[in-house]
Amino acid sequence: MSTTIEHVACTFCGCVCDDIVVEIEGSRIAGVRRACAVGRGVLDEYDPEVRRPTLRGREVEWEAAIEAAASILDRADSPLIYGLSSSAVEAQRKAVELADRLGAVIDTTSSVCHGPTGLAMQAVGEATCTLGEVRDRADLIVFWGCNPAASHPRHFGRFSLTPKGTHTPNGRKDRTVFVVDVRPTGSSKQADHFLQVDVGADYEVLTALRSLVKGNDLAHGSIGGIPVSQLKDLVERMKACRYGVVFMGMGLTMSRGRHLNVGELFSLVTELNDYARFSVIPMRGHGNVAGADQVLTWSTGYPFAVSFARGYPQYGPGEFTAVDVLARGEADAALIIASDPAAHFPRRAAEHLERIPTIVLDPSESLTAGIAQVVFPTASYGLDAAGTAYRMDNVPIPLRRLLTSGRPTDEEVLDRIIEAVK
Amino acid sequence: MITGRTREQAIGMHKGKTSPEYRQATARVEMNADDMAHLGIQEGGIVRLRTAAGEVDLSAQAGTLPRGLVFVPLGASANLLVGTETQGTGMPSFKGVPVTAEPA
Repeated sequence: MSTTIEHVACTFCGCVCDDIVVEIEGSRIAGVRRACAVGRGVLDEYDPEVRRPTLRGREVEWEAAIEAAASILDRADSPLIYGLSSSAVEAQRKAVELADRLGAVIDTTSSVCHGPTGLAMQAVGEATCTLGEVRDRADLIVFWGCNPAASHPRHFGRFSLTPKGTHTPNGRKDRTVFVVDVRPTGSSKQADHFLQVDVGADYEVLTALRSLVKGNDLAHGSIGGIPVSQLKDLVERMKACRYGVVFMGMGLTMSRGRHLNVGELFSLVTELNDYARFSVIPMRGHGNVAGADQVLTWSTGYPFAVSFARGYPQYGPGEFTAVDVLARGEADAALIIASDPAAHFPRRAAEHLERIPTIVLDPSESLTAGIAQVVFPTASYGLDAAGTAYRMDNVPIPLRRLLTSGRPTDEEVLDRIIEAVK
Repeated sequence: MITGRTREQAIGMHKGKTSPEYRQATARVEMNADDMAHLGIQEGGIVRLRTAAGEVDLSAQAGTLPRGLVFVPLGASANLLVGTETQGTGMPSFKGVPVTAEPA
Protein backbone atom coordinates (compact mmCIF):
# COMPACT_ATOMS: atom_id res chain seq x y z
CA MET A 1 0.00 0.00 0.00
CA SER A 2 1.39 3.41 -0.92
CA THR A 3 1.04 6.79 0.74
CA THR A 4 1.06 10.07 -1.15
CA ILE A 5 2.76 13.04 0.50
CA GLU A 6 2.33 16.49 -1.02
CA HIS A 7 4.30 19.72 -0.57
CA VAL A 8 7.57 17.89 -0.05
CA ALA A 9 10.68 20.10 -0.12
CA CYS A 10 13.76 19.12 -2.14
CA THR A 11 17.14 20.03 -0.67
CA PHE A 12 19.31 19.72 -3.77
CA CYS A 13 19.68 23.40 -4.61
CA GLY A 14 18.86 26.82 -3.21
CA CYS A 15 15.39 26.81 -4.80
CA VAL A 16 14.28 24.31 -2.10
CA CYS A 17 11.20 23.48 -4.23
CA ASP A 18 8.45 22.64 -1.74
CA ASP A 19 5.71 21.57 -4.13
CA ILE A 20 6.96 18.04 -4.82
CA VAL A 21 4.71 15.00 -4.54
CA VAL A 22 6.23 11.76 -3.26
CA GLU A 23 4.76 8.25 -3.18
CA ILE A 24 5.95 6.11 -0.26
CA GLU A 25 5.73 2.32 -0.29
CA GLY A 26 6.88 0.77 2.98
CA SER A 27 10.22 2.33 3.82
CA ARG A 28 11.03 3.35 0.24
CA ILE A 29 10.21 6.20 -2.11
CA ALA A 30 8.30 4.65 -5.00
CA GLY A 31 7.45 7.73 -7.04
CA VAL A 32 8.33 11.41 -7.37
CA ARG A 33 6.38 14.08 -9.22
CA ARG A 34 7.19 17.69 -10.11
CA ALA A 35 10.89 17.44 -9.14
CA CYS A 36 13.59 18.28 -11.69
CA ALA A 37 15.89 15.50 -12.91
CA VAL A 38 18.43 16.28 -10.21
CA GLY A 39 15.88 16.58 -7.40
CA ARG A 40 14.34 13.31 -8.52
CA GLY A 41 17.78 11.76 -8.10
CA VAL A 42 18.11 13.16 -4.57
CA LEU A 43 14.84 11.48 -3.62
CA ASP A 44 14.98 8.34 -5.77
CA GLU A 45 18.61 7.43 -5.18
CA TYR A 46 18.49 7.75 -1.40
CA ASP A 47 19.11 4.50 0.42
CA PRO A 48 17.56 4.79 3.92
CA GLU A 49 19.04 1.53 5.16
CA VAL A 50 20.49 1.94 8.64
CA ARG A 51 24.25 1.49 8.55
CA ARG A 52 26.62 1.37 11.47
CA PRO A 53 29.39 3.94 11.78
CA THR A 54 32.90 2.97 10.77
CA LEU A 55 36.23 3.47 12.49
CA ARG A 56 39.21 3.19 10.12
CA GLY A 57 36.97 1.33 7.68
CA ARG A 58 35.54 -1.23 10.14
CA GLU A 59 31.98 -1.13 11.42
CA VAL A 60 31.69 -0.27 15.10
CA GLU A 61 28.94 0.49 17.61
CA TRP A 62 27.72 4.09 17.76
CA GLU A 63 29.19 4.56 21.24
CA ALA A 64 32.65 3.53 20.07
CA ALA A 65 32.47 5.87 17.11
CA ILE A 66 31.37 8.79 19.30
CA GLU A 67 34.25 8.10 21.68
CA ALA A 68 36.75 7.91 18.81
CA ALA A 69 35.49 11.17 17.31
CA ALA A 70 35.61 12.94 20.65
CA SER A 71 39.12 11.62 21.27
CA ILE A 72 40.33 12.93 17.89
CA LEU A 73 38.84 16.34 18.55
CA ASP A 74 40.15 16.48 22.13
CA ARG A 75 43.69 15.73 20.97
CA ALA A 76 43.66 18.31 18.19
CA ASP A 77 45.23 21.72 18.69
CA SER A 78 43.60 23.26 15.64
CA PRO A 79 40.52 21.32 14.52
CA LEU A 80 38.50 22.38 11.48
CA ILE A 81 34.71 21.97 11.29
CA TYR A 82 33.53 22.31 7.70
CA GLY A 83 30.55 21.79 5.43
CA LEU A 84 27.01 22.18 6.79
CA SER A 85 25.26 23.34 3.61
CA SER A 86 23.36 20.07 3.08
CA SER A 87 22.46 19.73 6.72
CA ALA A 88 19.64 21.50 8.59
CA VAL A 89 19.65 24.63 10.69
CA GLU A 90 19.17 22.54 13.84
CA ALA A 91 22.44 20.68 13.21
CA GLN A 92 24.28 23.82 12.11
CA ARG A 93 23.59 25.35 15.51
CA LYS A 94 25.11 22.30 17.17
CA ALA A 95 28.19 22.54 14.95
CA VAL A 96 28.76 26.12 16.10
CA GLU A 97 28.34 25.02 19.71
CA LEU A 98 30.95 22.29 19.20
CA ALA A 99 33.35 24.73 17.50
CA ASP A 100 32.98 27.07 20.47
CA ARG A 101 33.62 24.20 22.89
CA LEU A 102 36.73 23.04 21.01
CA GLY A 103 38.21 26.41 20.07
CA ALA A 104 37.93 25.24 16.48
CA VAL A 105 37.79 26.93 13.11
CA ILE A 106 34.33 26.58 11.57
CA ASP A 107 33.71 27.25 7.89
CA THR A 108 30.96 26.33 5.46
CA THR A 109 30.74 25.59 1.76
CA SER A 110 29.86 29.26 1.37
CA SER A 111 33.57 29.95 1.24
CA VAL A 112 33.84 28.13 -2.13
CA CYS A 113 30.45 29.35 -3.34
CA HIS A 114 29.10 32.77 -2.36
CA GLY A 115 31.64 33.68 0.32
CA PRO A 116 32.77 36.62 -1.83
CA THR A 117 29.10 37.62 -2.06
CA GLY A 118 29.01 37.81 1.74
CA LEU A 119 32.12 40.00 1.70
CA ALA A 120 30.49 42.32 -0.82
CA MET A 121 27.28 42.47 1.20
CA GLN A 122 29.25 43.48 4.28
CA ALA A 123 31.07 46.16 2.28
CA VAL A 124 28.24 47.83 0.32
CA GLY A 125 24.94 46.30 1.49
CA GLU A 126 22.43 44.28 -0.47
CA ALA A 127 19.07 45.43 -1.84
CA THR A 128 17.14 42.20 -2.04
CA CYS A 129 13.69 40.61 -2.09
CA THR A 130 12.04 37.21 -1.95
CA LEU A 131 11.44 34.84 -4.84
CA GLY A 132 7.71 35.38 -4.30
CA GLU A 133 8.17 39.05 -5.10
CA VAL A 134 10.13 38.10 -8.21
CA ARG A 135 7.31 35.85 -9.39
CA ASP A 136 4.60 38.43 -8.67
CA ARG A 137 6.28 41.66 -9.69
CA ALA A 138 9.50 41.46 -11.68
CA ASP A 139 9.28 42.67 -15.29
CA LEU A 140 13.03 42.87 -15.96
CA ILE A 141 15.30 40.02 -14.96
CA VAL A 142 19.05 39.77 -15.43
CA PHE A 143 21.02 36.56 -14.87
CA TRP A 144 24.69 37.44 -14.42
CA GLY A 145 27.35 34.73 -14.34
CA CYS A 146 24.89 31.95 -13.60
CA ASN A 147 23.21 29.20 -15.58
CA PRO A 148 20.03 28.12 -13.80
CA ALA A 149 19.10 25.85 -16.69
CA ALA A 150 21.91 23.57 -15.47
CA SER A 151 22.27 24.42 -11.78
CA HIS A 152 18.72 25.33 -10.64
CA PRO A 153 16.49 23.57 -13.18
CA ARG A 154 13.09 24.74 -11.85
CA HIS A 155 14.05 28.34 -11.13
CA PHE A 156 12.71 29.57 -14.46
CA GLY A 157 9.42 27.76 -14.08
CA ARG A 158 8.70 28.48 -10.43
CA PHE A 159 10.07 31.99 -9.93
CA SER A 160 11.73 33.92 -12.68
CA LEU A 161 10.67 33.33 -16.29
CA THR A 162 7.34 31.70 -16.93
CA PRO A 163 5.14 31.76 -13.78
CA LYS A 164 2.09 34.02 -13.81
CA GLY A 165 2.07 36.35 -10.80
CA THR A 166 -0.10 39.09 -9.36
CA HIS A 167 1.49 41.80 -11.51
CA THR A 168 2.79 39.46 -14.20
CA PRO A 169 -0.47 37.82 -15.32
CA ASN A 170 0.92 36.87 -18.73
CA GLY A 171 3.95 35.10 -17.33
CA ARG A 172 6.89 35.08 -19.74
CA LYS A 173 5.31 37.76 -21.95
CA ASP A 174 5.41 40.22 -19.05
CA ARG A 175 9.15 39.82 -18.51
CA THR A 176 12.25 40.97 -20.35
CA VAL A 177 15.18 38.70 -19.64
CA PHE A 178 18.91 39.34 -20.04
CA VAL A 179 21.73 36.85 -19.56
CA VAL A 180 25.30 38.07 -19.08
CA ASP A 181 27.90 35.32 -19.31
CA VAL A 182 31.22 34.40 -20.89
CA ARG A 183 29.60 31.87 -23.22
CA PRO A 184 26.16 30.93 -24.54
CA THR A 185 24.40 28.51 -22.20
CA GLY A 186 21.10 26.72 -21.80
CA SER A 187 19.93 29.81 -19.90
CA SER A 188 21.00 32.32 -22.54
CA LYS A 189 18.92 30.39 -25.09
CA GLN A 190 15.82 31.27 -23.08
CA ALA A 191 16.68 34.96 -22.69
CA ASP A 192 15.55 37.89 -24.84
CA HIS A 193 19.05 39.36 -24.81
CA PHE A 194 22.46 37.74 -24.33
CA LEU A 195 25.50 39.87 -23.53
CA GLN A 196 28.75 37.93 -23.88
CA VAL A 197 31.37 39.33 -21.54
CA ASP A 198 35.08 38.59 -21.84
CA VAL A 199 36.47 36.23 -19.18
CA GLY A 200 37.51 38.26 -16.14
CA ALA A 201 35.98 41.53 -17.42
CA ASP A 202 32.80 41.62 -15.31
CA TYR A 203 34.13 44.36 -13.05
CA GLU A 204 34.83 46.67 -15.97
CA VAL A 205 31.39 46.07 -17.46
CA LEU A 206 29.65 46.66 -14.13
CA THR A 207 31.60 49.87 -13.58
CA ALA A 208 30.58 51.00 -17.07
CA LEU A 209 26.93 50.28 -16.28
CA ARG A 210 27.15 52.31 -13.06
CA SER A 211 28.66 55.18 -15.01
CA LEU A 212 25.91 55.02 -17.64
CA VAL A 213 23.25 54.99 -14.90
CA LYS A 214 24.75 58.23 -13.59
CA GLY A 215 24.31 59.76 -17.06
CA ASN A 216 27.93 59.69 -18.19
CA ASP A 217 28.78 58.90 -21.79
CA LEU A 218 31.46 56.38 -22.65
CA ALA A 219 33.95 57.03 -25.44
CA HIS A 220 34.49 53.34 -26.13
CA GLY A 221 33.22 51.04 -28.84
CA SER A 222 32.95 48.16 -26.42
CA ILE A 223 33.81 47.29 -22.84
CA GLY A 224 34.68 43.80 -21.70
CA GLY A 225 33.69 42.48 -25.11
CA ILE A 226 30.19 44.03 -25.04
CA PRO A 227 29.31 46.90 -27.41
CA VAL A 228 28.55 50.07 -25.44
CA SER A 229 25.31 50.39 -27.42
CA GLN A 230 24.13 47.14 -25.80
CA LEU A 231 25.14 48.37 -22.35
CA LYS A 232 23.21 51.60 -22.95
CA ASP A 233 20.16 49.61 -24.00
CA LEU A 234 20.39 47.52 -20.82
CA VAL A 235 20.70 50.63 -18.64
CA GLU A 236 17.71 52.29 -20.30
CA ARG A 237 15.63 49.19 -19.68
CA MET A 238 16.85 48.98 -16.08
CA LYS A 239 15.87 52.60 -15.41
CA ALA A 240 12.50 52.26 -17.15
CA CYS A 241 11.33 48.95 -15.68
CA ARG A 242 8.79 48.63 -12.88
CA TYR A 243 10.59 45.97 -10.82
CA GLY A 244 14.02 44.70 -11.75
CA VAL A 245 15.89 41.74 -10.29
CA VAL A 246 19.43 40.52 -10.88
CA PHE A 247 20.30 36.92 -10.11
CA MET A 248 24.05 36.48 -9.80
CA GLY A 249 26.22 33.40 -9.65
CA MET A 250 29.71 32.07 -9.43
CA GLY A 251 30.71 33.66 -12.70
CA LEU A 252 31.32 36.67 -10.46
CA THR A 253 32.47 35.02 -7.21
CA MET A 254 34.97 32.55 -8.71
CA SER A 255 36.57 34.93 -11.21
CA ARG A 256 39.29 37.54 -10.90
CA GLY A 257 37.99 40.27 -8.65
CA ARG A 258 35.62 37.96 -6.71
CA HIS A 259 33.97 40.12 -4.00
CA LEU A 260 34.89 43.29 -5.87
CA ASN A 261 32.82 42.09 -8.85
CA VAL A 262 29.89 41.37 -6.57
CA GLY A 263 30.27 44.66 -4.71
CA GLU A 264 30.12 46.53 -8.01
CA LEU A 265 26.92 44.68 -8.95
CA PHE A 266 25.33 45.27 -5.53
CA SER A 267 26.19 48.98 -5.79
CA LEU A 268 24.64 49.13 -9.26
CA VAL A 269 21.45 47.54 -7.96
CA THR A 270 21.27 49.94 -5.02
CA GLU A 271 21.75 52.93 -7.34
CA LEU A 272 19.04 51.69 -9.72
CA ASN A 273 16.55 52.12 -6.88
CA ASP A 274 16.66 55.85 -7.67
CA TYR A 275 14.74 54.94 -10.85
CA ALA A 276 12.87 51.69 -10.25
CA ARG A 277 12.41 49.05 -7.61
CA PHE A 278 15.51 46.86 -8.01
CA SER A 279 16.84 43.83 -6.13
CA VAL A 280 19.59 41.25 -6.33
CA ILE A 281 19.45 37.60 -5.26
CA PRO A 282 22.55 35.37 -5.16
CA MET A 283 21.89 31.98 -6.76
CA ARG A 284 22.76 29.84 -3.76
CA GLY A 285 23.84 26.34 -4.68
CA HIS A 286 23.28 23.81 -1.92
CA GLY A 287 19.86 23.37 -0.34
CA ASN A 288 20.73 24.99 2.98
CA VAL A 289 23.92 26.93 2.37
CA ALA A 290 21.92 30.11 3.03
CA GLY A 291 20.92 28.60 6.38
CA ALA A 292 24.58 28.01 7.23
CA ASP A 293 25.23 31.72 6.64
CA GLN A 294 22.24 32.61 8.79
CA VAL A 295 23.16 30.35 11.69
CA LEU A 296 26.81 31.38 11.80
CA THR A 297 25.83 35.05 11.55
CA TRP A 298 23.24 34.99 14.31
CA SER A 299 25.44 32.91 16.61
CA THR A 300 28.93 34.34 15.93
CA GLY A 301 28.34 37.60 14.06
CA TYR A 302 30.01 36.32 10.89
CA PRO A 303 28.69 34.18 8.02
CA PHE A 304 31.68 31.84 7.48
CA ALA A 305 35.44 31.59 8.18
CA VAL A 306 35.14 31.84 11.97
CA SER A 307 37.81 30.82 14.47
CA PHE A 308 37.11 30.21 18.15
CA ALA A 309 40.80 29.59 18.89
CA ARG A 310 41.04 32.63 21.16
CA GLY A 311 37.86 31.79 23.02
CA TYR A 312 35.68 34.21 21.10
CA PRO A 313 34.66 34.31 17.42
CA GLN A 314 37.13 35.89 15.01
CA TYR A 315 36.38 36.41 11.32
CA GLY A 316 39.05 35.68 8.75
CA PRO A 317 38.26 34.99 5.09
CA GLY A 318 41.54 33.86 3.55
CA GLU A 319 42.78 32.86 7.02
CA PHE A 320 40.02 30.73 8.56
CA THR A 321 38.48 29.52 5.30
CA ALA A 322 38.78 25.79 4.76
CA VAL A 323 40.80 25.78 1.53
CA ASP A 324 43.39 28.09 3.09
CA VAL A 325 43.51 26.22 6.41
CA LEU A 326 44.01 22.89 4.61
CA ALA A 327 46.41 24.15 1.94
CA ARG A 328 48.67 25.61 4.63
CA GLY A 329 48.46 22.38 6.61
CA GLU A 330 47.20 24.16 9.72
CA ALA A 331 44.29 21.89 10.64
CA ASP A 332 45.36 18.83 12.65
CA ALA A 333 41.87 17.24 12.67
CA ALA A 334 38.72 17.80 10.65
CA LEU A 335 35.01 17.25 11.21
CA ILE A 336 33.19 17.33 7.88
CA ILE A 337 29.41 17.62 8.02
CA ALA A 338 27.22 16.96 4.98
CA SER A 339 29.73 17.99 2.35
CA ASP A 340 32.52 16.47 0.32
CA PRO A 341 35.65 18.64 0.21
CA ALA A 342 37.74 15.72 -1.08
CA ALA A 343 35.61 15.88 -4.23
CA HIS A 344 35.24 19.64 -4.54
CA PHE A 345 38.41 21.32 -3.26
CA PRO A 346 41.60 21.95 -5.20
CA ARG A 347 43.58 18.74 -4.99
CA ARG A 348 46.39 20.18 -2.88
CA ALA A 349 43.95 21.37 -0.21
CA ALA A 350 41.94 18.14 -0.22
CA GLU A 351 45.12 16.05 0.15
CA HIS A 352 45.66 17.41 3.65
CA LEU A 353 42.47 15.68 4.79
CA GLU A 354 44.22 12.37 4.08
CA ARG A 355 47.10 13.33 6.39
CA ILE A 356 45.00 14.26 9.43
CA PRO A 357 42.31 12.36 11.35
CA THR A 358 39.02 13.22 9.68
CA ILE A 359 35.48 12.60 10.92
CA VAL A 360 32.52 12.62 8.53
CA LEU A 361 28.78 12.95 9.14
CA ASP A 362 26.95 12.27 5.89
CA PRO A 363 23.84 10.38 4.79
CA SER A 364 25.57 9.28 1.59
CA GLU A 365 28.91 7.83 0.65
CA SER A 366 31.41 10.48 -0.35
CA LEU A 367 35.04 10.72 -1.35
CA THR A 368 35.77 12.41 1.99
CA ALA A 369 34.10 9.53 3.84
CA GLY A 370 36.41 7.21 1.89
CA ILE A 371 39.50 8.78 3.50
CA ALA A 372 37.99 9.49 6.94
CA GLN A 373 38.91 7.69 10.16
CA VAL A 374 35.39 7.92 11.59
CA VAL A 375 32.23 7.95 9.48
CA PHE A 376 28.70 8.45 10.80
CA PRO A 377 25.98 7.50 8.27
CA THR A 378 23.34 9.98 9.42
CA ALA A 379 19.78 10.66 8.33
CA SER A 380 19.06 12.96 5.41
CA TYR A 381 17.07 16.07 6.30
CA GLY A 382 13.88 16.20 4.26
CA LEU A 383 13.95 12.42 3.75
CA ASP A 384 14.30 10.56 7.03
CA ALA A 385 14.70 13.57 9.31
CA ALA A 386 12.75 16.77 9.86
CA GLY A 387 14.45 20.15 10.01
CA THR A 388 14.66 23.60 8.50
CA ALA A 389 16.44 24.90 5.41
CA TYR A 390 16.80 28.47 4.14
CA ARG A 391 15.98 29.04 0.49
CA MET A 392 18.30 31.21 -1.60
CA ASP A 393 16.19 34.28 -0.70
CA ASN A 394 16.62 33.45 3.01
CA VAL A 395 13.05 32.25 3.48
CA PRO A 396 13.05 29.28 5.91
CA ILE A 397 11.38 26.16 4.54
CA PRO A 398 10.38 23.25 6.79
CA LEU A 399 11.81 19.89 5.75
CA ARG A 400 9.53 16.97 6.51
CA ARG A 401 10.38 13.47 7.55
CA LEU A 402 9.08 11.17 4.80
CA LEU A 403 10.70 7.89 5.86
CA THR A 404 11.27 6.26 9.23
CA SER A 405 14.72 4.79 8.83
CA GLY A 406 16.00 4.90 12.40
CA ARG A 407 19.17 6.69 11.39
CA PRO A 408 20.33 9.37 13.85
CA THR A 409 20.37 12.97 12.64
CA ASP A 410 23.45 15.19 12.35
CA GLU A 411 22.02 17.12 15.28
CA GLU A 412 21.84 14.02 17.47
CA VAL A 413 25.36 12.86 16.61
CA LEU A 414 26.78 16.33 17.21
CA ASP A 415 24.97 16.44 20.55
CA ARG A 416 26.59 13.15 21.53
CA ILE A 417 30.04 14.42 20.47
CA ILE A 418 29.53 17.66 22.42
CA GLU A 419 28.72 15.59 25.50
CA ALA A 420 31.75 13.35 24.95
CA VAL A 421 34.46 15.97 24.38
CA LYS A 422 36.21 17.25 27.47
CA MET B 1 39.72 27.72 -18.26
CA ILE B 2 36.43 28.03 -16.47
CA THR B 3 34.88 25.30 -14.36
CA GLY B 4 31.24 24.94 -13.42
CA ARG B 5 28.25 22.80 -12.76
CA THR B 6 26.46 20.78 -15.40
CA ARG B 7 23.17 18.96 -15.17
CA GLU B 8 24.88 15.64 -15.92
CA GLN B 9 27.49 16.25 -13.21
CA ALA B 10 24.75 16.94 -10.65
CA ILE B 11 22.75 13.86 -11.63
CA GLY B 12 25.91 11.73 -11.56
CA MET B 13 26.79 13.10 -8.13
CA HIS B 14 23.65 11.59 -6.65
CA LYS B 15 24.44 8.22 -8.17
CA GLY B 16 27.74 8.35 -6.29
CA LYS B 17 31.05 10.02 -7.00
CA THR B 18 32.61 6.69 -7.88
CA SER B 19 29.81 5.90 -10.34
CA PRO B 20 30.51 5.69 -14.08
CA GLU B 21 27.91 8.41 -14.64
CA TYR B 22 29.80 10.87 -12.44
CA ARG B 23 33.19 10.00 -13.92
CA GLN B 24 31.85 10.39 -17.44
CA ALA B 25 30.21 13.71 -16.57
CA THR B 26 33.33 15.22 -15.02
CA ALA B 27 36.27 13.74 -16.99
CA ARG B 28 35.65 15.89 -20.06
CA VAL B 29 36.45 19.30 -21.44
CA GLU B 30 34.41 21.50 -23.74
CA MET B 31 36.40 23.51 -26.28
CA ASN B 32 35.86 25.86 -29.15
CA ALA B 33 35.55 23.82 -32.38
CA ASP B 34 38.10 25.99 -34.21
CA ASP B 35 40.59 25.55 -31.36
CA MET B 36 40.09 21.79 -31.60
CA ALA B 37 40.69 21.84 -35.34
CA HIS B 38 43.76 24.05 -34.89
CA LEU B 39 45.21 21.60 -32.35
CA GLY B 40 44.24 18.55 -34.42
CA ILE B 41 41.87 17.22 -31.78
CA GLN B 42 38.88 15.14 -32.83
CA GLU B 43 35.53 15.06 -31.05
CA GLY B 44 36.05 12.63 -28.14
CA GLY B 45 39.83 12.83 -28.52
CA ILE B 46 42.05 13.12 -25.48
CA VAL B 47 43.40 16.54 -24.55
CA ARG B 48 46.08 17.25 -21.99
CA LEU B 49 45.28 20.38 -19.98
CA ARG B 50 48.04 21.95 -17.92
CA THR B 51 47.87 24.77 -15.37
CA ALA B 52 50.24 26.03 -12.70
CA ALA B 53 48.48 23.63 -10.30
CA GLY B 54 48.71 20.41 -12.32
CA GLU B 55 47.70 18.55 -15.44
CA VAL B 56 45.03 16.10 -16.51
CA ASP B 57 43.96 14.25 -19.65
CA LEU B 58 40.31 14.69 -20.61
CA SER B 59 37.95 13.76 -23.41
CA ALA B 60 37.30 16.77 -25.65
CA GLN B 61 33.93 17.92 -26.91
CA ALA B 62 33.11 20.92 -29.07
CA GLY B 63 31.06 23.42 -27.10
CA THR B 64 29.63 26.91 -27.41
CA LEU B 65 32.76 28.66 -26.20
CA PRO B 66 34.74 31.56 -27.62
CA ARG B 67 38.21 30.78 -28.94
CA GLY B 68 40.80 30.41 -26.21
CA LEU B 69 38.34 29.33 -23.54
CA VAL B 70 37.78 25.79 -22.25
CA PHE B 71 35.15 24.53 -19.80
CA VAL B 72 35.70 21.66 -17.35
CA PRO B 73 32.80 20.43 -15.16
CA LEU B 74 33.38 20.67 -11.40
CA GLY B 75 34.80 17.44 -10.05
CA ALA B 76 37.96 15.45 -9.49
CA SER B 77 39.50 16.36 -12.87
CA ALA B 78 38.94 20.08 -12.47
CA ASN B 79 40.37 19.92 -8.94
CA LEU B 80 43.74 18.86 -10.35
CA LEU B 81 43.89 22.08 -12.37
CA VAL B 82 42.73 24.57 -9.71
CA GLY B 83 45.28 26.11 -7.34
CA THR B 84 44.81 26.94 -3.67
CA GLU B 85 45.47 30.71 -3.79
CA THR B 86 42.31 32.47 -2.60
CA GLN B 87 43.50 36.10 -2.62
CA GLY B 88 42.35 36.58 0.95
CA THR B 89 38.77 35.48 0.34
CA GLY B 90 38.70 31.72 0.82
CA MET B 91 37.68 31.23 -2.81
CA PRO B 92 40.18 29.59 -5.17
CA SER B 93 40.19 30.63 -8.83
CA PHE B 94 37.74 28.11 -10.28
CA LYS B 95 37.23 30.39 -13.28
CA GLY B 96 39.66 32.33 -15.43
CA VAL B 97 42.58 29.94 -14.89
CA PRO B 98 45.39 30.20 -17.50
CA VAL B 99 45.68 26.79 -19.17
CA THR B 100 47.51 25.17 -22.04
CA ALA B 101 45.87 22.47 -24.15
CA GLU B 102 47.54 19.91 -26.39
CA PRO B 103 46.66 16.50 -27.83
CA ALA B 104 47.57 13.79 -25.32
